[in-house]
Amino acid sequence: MSSVAGGGVVGAAAPASGGAPLHVLAVDDSSVDRAVISGILRSSRFRVTAVDSGKRALELLGSENNVGMIITDYWMPEMTGYELLKKVKESSKLKQIPVVIMSSENVPTRISRCLEEGAEDFLVKPVRPSDVSRVFNRVLH
Amino acid sequence: MDAVVLKNQLNAHVASMFTAGFLDNQFKELQMLQDDGSSPGFVREVVGLFLDDAERIVGEIAVLLDQPVVDFDKVDACVHQLKGSSSSVGAQRVKLSCSQFRSYYEEKNRDGCIMALAVLRNEFYDTRSNFQIMFQLEQQIEACS
Repeated sequence: MSSVAGGGVVGAAAPASGGAPLHVLAVDDSSVDRAVISGILRSSRFRVTAVDSGKRALELLGSENNVGMIITDYWMPEMTGYELLKKVKESSKLKQIPVVIMSSENVPTRISRCLEEGAEDFLVKPVRPSDVSRVFNRVLH
Repeated sequence: MDAVVLKNQLNAHVASMFTAGFLDNQFKELQMLQDDGSSPGFVREVVGLFLDDAERIVGEIAVLLDQPVVDFDKVDACVHQLKGSSSSVGAQRVKLSCSQFRSYYEEKNRDGCIMALAVLRNEFYDTRSNFQIMFQLEQQIEACS
């Protein structure tokens, strides 16, 4: 596993079903949570890029065309996951990318706001492998 | 020392961490991810990040509480961050200490926060010691292989 600028981590994975593995962008300002979500996604054979802010996520999305899913923490400084979600859904280039929100707090109004804005799902932390499998299987099939 | 003996010691130590409440089920989830073979060294990596993070945050909270005027919003943010990372690695006692901290900073109770920080710091130190023993045993087992 190698590091890229901005706290990113790239993990290569074996192809899922004969094709290239899905490229998932994980966004979390916590280095611990980035490592955990990256580990969970890698074990599910996804290719993962992890960044530490919404700003870096948008920079990467602007430069790469192969991100197939975004999973982002809700509560981040400067740009929340909700604000990142809005920017993705407002972009003609990015709006088709499914976005999953993670949060350590189970706040119903927060959850419904994200889902109304177009999030595919909302995971309450700590995120477990079974949560990721459930959500990704539903979103990707 | 024999690897089998060391493995038994390691298993007993980890079991005692669960029994004493240092660890919860989230740690088992991380262990399973490592055991499936896709991420060797994953647990050590994540716990290492947590221990560094926690040490930094505990220090930041101490500095905040030492100010003439305490910024309780920043204390809130720090405790929230530590609660999140401890939850993600399964460090249960640290997580619970963070939860107990909340009422004090919500009340803007500086003395209460100082007390809660002392508890949090002790739980973190105990958790760290236990993790260090775990990793030392793992290293000894690896050295036997």
